[in-house]
Amino acid sequence: MGYVPVKGGTEAIDASIKRLKYERLKGNETIEIQTIMSTMRGMIDQVMSESSLYSPFLAALAIKQAEGSMEEAVFLMRAHRSTLPRPYYSKTVEPETMLVERRISASFKDIPGGQLLGATYDYTHRLLDFDLINESSESIQRWLQNYQTELQQVDAFDEVKYFPKVVDYLRDEGLFENHQEDNTVPKDITKQSLQFPSTRSERLQVMTRGQTGAVTSLGYASLRGYGQVHPTVGEVRVGAVPIYVGHPNEMEQNTEDEFYIGEITVTEVESFVPTQVKNANNEYELQFEIGYGICYGQNETKAIAMSILDQCLEHPESNFPTHDEEFVLLHIDSVESTGFISHLKLPHYVTFQSKLDSVRQVKKEVQEVEN
Amino acid sequence: MKTDTHFAFFDEGSKKEIRRAIIKAVAIPGYQVPFASREMPIARGWGTGGLQITLSIIGKSDVLKVIDQGADESVNAVSIKKLVHDTTGVELTEQTEEASLIQSRHRIPEVALTKDQIIVLQVPMPEPLRPVEASELKTKTMHAENDYSGAWLMLFEQIMKYGKTATAADHPVYVNDRYVMAPSPIPRFDNSKLHESEALILLGAGREKKIYAVPPYTNVESLAFDDYPFTVEAFEDKHCHICNSTDVFLDELIDPQTGETIHQCNDTSFCMDQLNKKVEEEAQKSYV
Amino acid sequence: MYEEPILQVRNLQKQFGTGCIECRQKETRKLVKNFCKSCGTLYACQDISFDLYPGEVLGIVGESGSGKSTMMQCLYFDSDVSSGEAYIHTPDLAGKNIFEMSAQQKRFIRNYVYGMVYQNPVQGLKMNFSSVGNIAEKLIAAGNKHVGQMEATSKKLLENVHIPLHRMKEEPRNFSGGMQQRVQIAKALSNNPPILFLDEVTTGLDLSVQANVLDLIKGIQRDLGISMIVVSHDLAVIRMLADRTIVLLNGKIIEEGLTDQVLEDPQHEYTQQLVYSLL
Repeated sequence: MGYVPVKGGTEAIDASIKRLKYERLKGNETIEIQTIMSTMRGMIDQVMSESSLYSPFLAALAIKQAEGSMEEAVFLMRAHRSTLPRPYYSKTVEPETMLVERRISASFKDIPGGQLLGATYDYTHRLLDFDLINESSESIQRWLQNYQTELQQVDAFDEVKYFPKVVDYLRDEGLFENHQEDNTVPKDITKQSLQFPSTRSERLQVMTRGQTGAVTSLGYASLRGYGQVHPTVGEVRVGAVPIYVGHPNEMEQNTEDEFYIGEITVTEVESFVPTQVKNANNEYELQFEIGYGICYGQNETKAIAMSILDQCLEHPESNFPTHDEEFVLLHIDSVESTGFISHLKLPHYVTFQSKLDSVRQVKKEVQEVEN
Repeated sequence: MKTDTHFAFFDEGSKKEIRRAIIKAVAIPGYQVPFASREMPIARGWGTGGLQITLSIIGKSDVLKVIDQGADESVNAVSIKKLVHDTTGVELTEQTEEASLIQSRHRIPEVALTKDQIIVLQVPMPEPLRPVEASELKTKTMHAENDYSGAWLMLFEQIMKYGKTATAADHPVYVNDRYVMAPSPIPRFDNSKLHESEALILLGAGREKKIYAVPPYTNVESLAFDDYPFTVEAFEDKHCHICNSTDVFLDELIDPQTGETIHQCNDTSFCMDQLNKKVEEEAQKSYV
Repeated sequence: MYEEPILQVRNLQKQFGTGCIECRQKETRKLVKNFCKSCGTLYACQDISFDLYPGEVLGIVGESGSGKSTMMQCLYFDSDVSSGEAYIHTPDLAGKNIFEMSAQQKRFIRNYVYGMVYQNPVQGLKMNFSSVGNIAEKLIAAGNKHVGQMEATSKKLLENVHIPLHRMKEEPRNFSGGMQQRVQIAKALSNNPPILFLDEVTTGLDLSVQANVLDLIKGIQRDLGISMIVVSHDLAVIRMLADRTIVLLNGKIIEEGLTDQVLEDPQHEYTQQLVYSLL
């Protein structure tokens, strides 16, 4: 009989899934979740960010199960997220209280509090390190010990010190408009689907869970010419912020009743974008606006790109696609884009038969007319 | 850390939210109700909209049938069936008559559905006006203002160019004389089954986050001009080479032995039924 | 005239900007042209009132920035008014301020009562649809569901505007500017609208083509008796088409009357300048 791809689906699927497992196990090697957690920081951060679920452990599990495929790991996490009840919203996170691990500004050399490089690939030379092929646990131990000794020679601050925001410094100078604090409850895009025109809270949510590559590409397109935002990075900070939830039963909320439920590492970016505004005397003057980016883990490129796109979407009057909220927001989600692209692998022969019929009928019509 | 999955995968809060969207959809036939579509264990574009509807309305006593492009054994149908079965334990069937709930991609079964059944259709592109207008905000306004000239103009242009409308599957329909709706990529052959259907028809688009519905006994009309009536796929003089049925949607195959084009029922369970009936009849005859 | 006007416009206002203490009171506001220097608000149309009678061609003339196109956009609902009223005297619309109607009702008016010819054909035509499709779009919008009828109507209209029928299935983007403008006119006329708006329709066309399009409009007006509002900065166009003329300056009506009268004996200083510069 002819090509009937759909028969015997059950057995075929079982066999395929078995084959997939074989591919994962055939080398007779396994990787511990703990190993992934302590050596695959970049992947874990990216998976958590794109899946919008903060759990290094589950991210490591997803990476293991997905054999390192990013889209697959994100997908697993998102699907798991759907099964979780969501009983609480956290209190507003104040990034000023971040335990900063890294913090730089491209706008000022001397920012209050100083630049703090922290851990970054920025100044590494991207040369394959062949020594890693034979890295032994003894050599790791030795290196760590040496590092600890070196650290002891550094004078630490006596108490916890918070880093002020660079933007506050400029705001005091009147370079930014002073906006009223907006305490409108943000819309939760996982509870209410995105409607247009969207609010900024919705836009930021979509972007922070956006696929790293997609967000980066669109931010780049805007920067390169298909957009009208040319930012200076005011501040990039990476570090841990504490998360609190309110008391579930108390109607009156006061900060003392709040519960600390843990901390998350985030990357936060504030980009400064010069814009032209009219002042009270109806004269044009330049002012800065802020593009904001934030995401789980250390994902600096994504957070910077997000800050560019945030600023783009604040100016829908520009005609570039990067300023079109539907264009940006509806196409950067990993699960959505990879899903719809991959669905093209599903059989489409009813649709195709229908199209075939349509084409044949049209051809017949044309022939009849010609005769 | 190992956890058991909840009945029908979702937590009850999510199910309630989705059911509310379904009720709204039933109340406004043909209107696309936005809903907070969840990420599912199957990929977007692979039936997550349909699956979310199925999982939100399924109960322990339901009997489920899942088909993909007419076939119960199609890989994706099997995969969806497996997921629903694993999380609910409901009975599965391939018999259209036996099912209380049918999830389908791109087909409505040949056997007429009854008032005791619900059919859930998977939708890739819920917006019938998308080919005319890319912006969601604008298409939403067009629906609100009952402005469907774009959809008609598309058909008109086809007639001007080709002498007839050249739509394939997913030919748009008017629901209850108000909303123009994408019937999902069912062949035009199936459009008439939407009209005055006894069964409730629910349509779910997971990626586009929309649910819409055709309630039982609703007027559904395919878009067509007065002098260019709506036509369905033609299978004149053709029959299923297995069960000899005519008047059904046929798949086109090439016989590897003879190289000839042959046809067979697209609805596999219908085809099987016809065969079984024949075998029974013959058995009865020989018995007499 | 004893007839009842088909369109009445009363106190149409359109401003861009929020206004400030200096300019909110229309009696006392001090503007530079139509612009408030202290807050930057632009008063594009100030207190515009007029009547349009059945079968009449009303010319609206003024320099660029005088508010004539903005006024047209407001009447055609392309742009919302800041305040004001307008009434259309047809049985189903009489007595209701059209600016306050729902989007659906405004659409009805656009589809059944109005025709519009924009200065730039890109605004009035779908450039990647056939010419006949463009005309049909308007017929479809007005509820026509018969291809044969629409095709016949379109052919007749295209013939009227001198588009060769063998090109009717071609897309207007392949046409010259003058041809595009003629397709737009055919489209605007397709539903026999009682009111037709013409916004700088000859601007940007060659002189010979201009004459051609003007002749066409004149002919249509004579044959169909449609009421028209013709907006132009060009007095020659106004002189040729309009029965009555309104002169706009900085968003205000400064002079109105029979076209001949306005052109022969202009009263306002600005109109005088305008007329003499033409001679």
